[in-house]
Amino acid sequence: MTIAVEPVSTAPARAERIVTPAGIEVWTVHSQVVPVAAMSFIFEGGASQDGLDKPGIAQMMAQLLDEGAGPYPSDAYQEKLAEAAIELSFNAGQDSISGGLRTLTRNLDEAISLTRLALVEPRFDDEAITRVRAQTSAGIRYQQNDPGVRATKTFFATAFPGHIYGLPNGGTLESVEAITRDDLVAAHARLIARDNLKVAVVGALDEAQVIALVDGVFGDLPAHAGIVAPPAVSITALGTRTIVDLDVPQSVIRFGMNGIGWRDPDFIPAFVLNHILGGGVFTSRLFQEVREKRGLAYSVGTGLVSLRGAAMTWGFTATKNERVVEALEVIAGQIETLKAEGPSEEELTKAKAYLTGSYPLAFDTSTKIAQQLAQIAFEGLGIDYIARRNALVAAVTREDVMRAASRVLGDGRMLVVIAGRPEGLAAV
Amino acid sequence: MTVNPAAAIQRSNSGEDDTPGPDISTCRLDNGLDLVVIPDRRVPVATHMIWYRNGSADDPIGQSGIAHFLEHLMFKGTERHPAGEFSQVVSSLGGQENAFTSYDYTAYFQRVAKEHLATLMEFESDRMANLVLADEVVAPERDVVLEERRMRVETDPGAQLSEAMASALFVHHPYGIPIIGWMHEIETLDRAHALDYYKRFYTPENAILVVAGDVEADAVRRLAEGTYGQIAPRGAAPKRLRPREPDPRAMRRVTVADPRVDQPLMQRLYLTPSSLTAPGRDAFALEVLAELIGGGPTSYLYRKIVLERGVAVNAGAWYMSSALDETRFAVYAVPTPEVGLDQLEEMLDRAIAGIADEALDEKAITRAKTQLIAETTYAADSQTSLARIYGSALAIGETIDAVRRWPRDIEAVTREELADVAARYLVPRRAVTGHLLKAD
Repeated sequence: MTIAVEPVSTAPARAERIVTPAGIEVWTVHSQVVPVAAMSFIFEGGASQDGLDKPGIAQMMAQLLDEGAGPYPSDAYQEKLAEAAIELSFNAGQDSISGGLRTLTRNLDEAISLTRLALVEPRFDDEAITRVRAQTSAGIRYQQNDPGVRATKTFFATAFPGHIYGLPNGGTLESVEAITRDDLVAAHARLIARDNLKVAVVGALDEAQVIALVDGVFGDLPAHAGIVAPPAVSITALGTRTIVDLDVPQSVIRFGMNGIGWRDPDFIPAFVLNHILGGGVFTSRLFQEVREKRGLAYSVGTGLVSLRGAAMTWGFTATKNERVVEALEVIAGQIETLKAEGPSEEELTKAKAYLTGSYPLAFDTSTKIAQQLAQIAFEGLGIDYIARRNALVAAVTREDVMRAASRVLGDGRMLVVIAGRPEGLAAV
Repeated sequence: MTVNPAAAIQRSNSGEDDTPGPDISTCRLDNGLDLVVIPDRRVPVATHMIWYRNGSADDPIGQSGIAHFLEHLMFKGTERHPAGEFSQVVSSLGGQENAFTSYDYTAYFQRVAKEHLATLMEFESDRMANLVLADEVVAPERDVVLEERRMRVETDPGAQLSEAMASALFVHHPYGIPIIGWMHEIETLDRAHALDYYKRFYTPENAILVVAGDVEADAVRRLAEGTYGQIAPRGAAPKRLRPREPDPRAMRRVTVADPRVDQPLMQRLYLTPSSLTAPGRDAFALEVLAELIGGGPTSYLYRKIVLERGVAVNAGAWYMSSALDETRFAVYAVPTPEVGLDQLEEMLDRAIAGIADEALDEKAITRAKTQLIAETTYAADSQTSLARIYGSALAIGETIDAVRRWPRDIEAVTREELADVAARYLVPRRAVTGHLLKAD
């Protein structure tokens, strides 16, 4: 089987840049086929702007934006959305508050008006705050003994102690109780503005409609946000192993190493390295060695975490308590081999073929295109990145991957967190 | 679905007035394999899905999980293409792939740049007829499935409650058995079970090929004839032997108590007809009813239990309409810290008893219909969603016309029909009530 790598050189979507009369830059793709419009937007900031003593403010604020706005209390506002089948959602990530809108184009005016109200005039009624607080707490309680959630939470707390990235986005049971209406109002004023906004619109809209949408929704926001860049931090506690004791038959494992961020010149080589190690769903080394050959786990893989103040490579798997030691040995062995020998030329060729060939698959619905564009804008990669990206991947050499491997995999020490009752293993 | 061996390709959107939706083509190959082509020309991508009309509810007695286990084993290669080659090729072509098993069907799919469609069809048709299984690949894959069950169920009390409730609801029908199978039966599944099952169900007469994307129907048909069409027919499609659920008499209660539960909740399942078994228009009415009483923050249950009574932080409902046999309608509620599950259940019972008088105002009915119908327009934005919608419908024996007519059938549901299905189906004797609790 021979596979020629001819990187797809045409951009998977033709995005256009418009600066609206209100001065807002929007990237847009016109697609006439379905009478639907999708908008994706990202405000820089997010949970990293919460105080260490009170995580969860940004997330609760985001959850409350559509719980009553302008003249409409929560139930009336939700009915307005539902009557026009407008889908609107907000979410706080570590470095951003993102939102998504999907509407039938015939309901565009109503969608503009309701989305504007949510962003510009959220009410933060006490009734809604009480209810969202209760929902958030119930969600935390529901998951707090889930081995996957426990492992992840402990992993971040151990990796980034004393840093906001070490705390859960949604807050803790204690912090969620302590959040006040003043906290939410202040966070809204600080985090939702025009100068920290990236926005993309995709769908059956002409330019005038795109402008009407963007200026209609965002034009009345304050010009400036009040955000502070989170301090830069590296993953700590490499070489340690933490066990969260839970009485379950299967242990969930998280492991972490150094990372390389989006804006680093070695990011693309690190991205290719990750695909080879644990990113490729059926093809990665960890999938082959942990799942395919040994049946140790159903899910196993690695991913890159690129935050404004930190970068990390982390991995996940879950295996029965009796086989945790074996799984960890296999994973460590694979990392060691990859670092020492690097990928074979054939492996590298195949990885690049997948990563370039599959890029258009991320652009096959209006919502996905809008999310891709907003994310590219958020990472500061430029609108031409869509066209450049495959050439960047195709240019990666074995030496590039080796260099990324030595930075990411380092001396092979990992931060390991296990939730369960692993046999024959102690914390280190 | 249209069966038309003579004509080249049957276009199925003719004849209907303003039916929205894509211009779908169907045909049946000489060996009995059904083909559906859904055009979507926005991006040069194709979605290739093969559906088999067998799911976990067709597992032989004592071999629960075999449908799902075989789905895993289908990636283990053939004589021409040994283990791993298919996945390697899909990946090298920049494609993505996966598979899933449900109660009534099993499906495999890839998404890839359209020029690679022929390659996928060659590989997928090869493994329909020529799977090779060695003991040394079967054993580790069984371990993978056991780990999957540990991950999904054995470590999750909420999933254990769902399993226990389904087992209590379906006292006779295999929908009461989990798709993934019971732990102790998965442990006994071997190569011989898998091959027997494969020979019985993986046949052209039992398969539906759905191709969505930037493709021409006639070209897809030619490719299909050259690949899938070369597989010898078996003479007839395999029979599904499904027992019928008896008319329920007894209200049932199920509790899972686990020390790890810090947030209790309650669910209730009602045995109801499905889109295929429902008399008259009951299934459409049940779809609207589920949306109206439990589809999000404007729904009746959310308003009653969460907003007005303040006894729950969340409440809702759903209806699994797509099923070959009698199916389930669910309601659920998550209590606030100061409210016990018995008190919550009493409130929920009262709310359900009040549906006819309090839930069915015209505005709420219109809102529920609007939401359901808009979903079909949103789905048309995704070729993968379209392929799934049509594939799953055909796999349980629905027609393409029925899928296309669905928005109008929903639109036509009346207030009287809603009150009627609520009164007939949401009754204690049809119900299993489940509580998830912290163990003392």
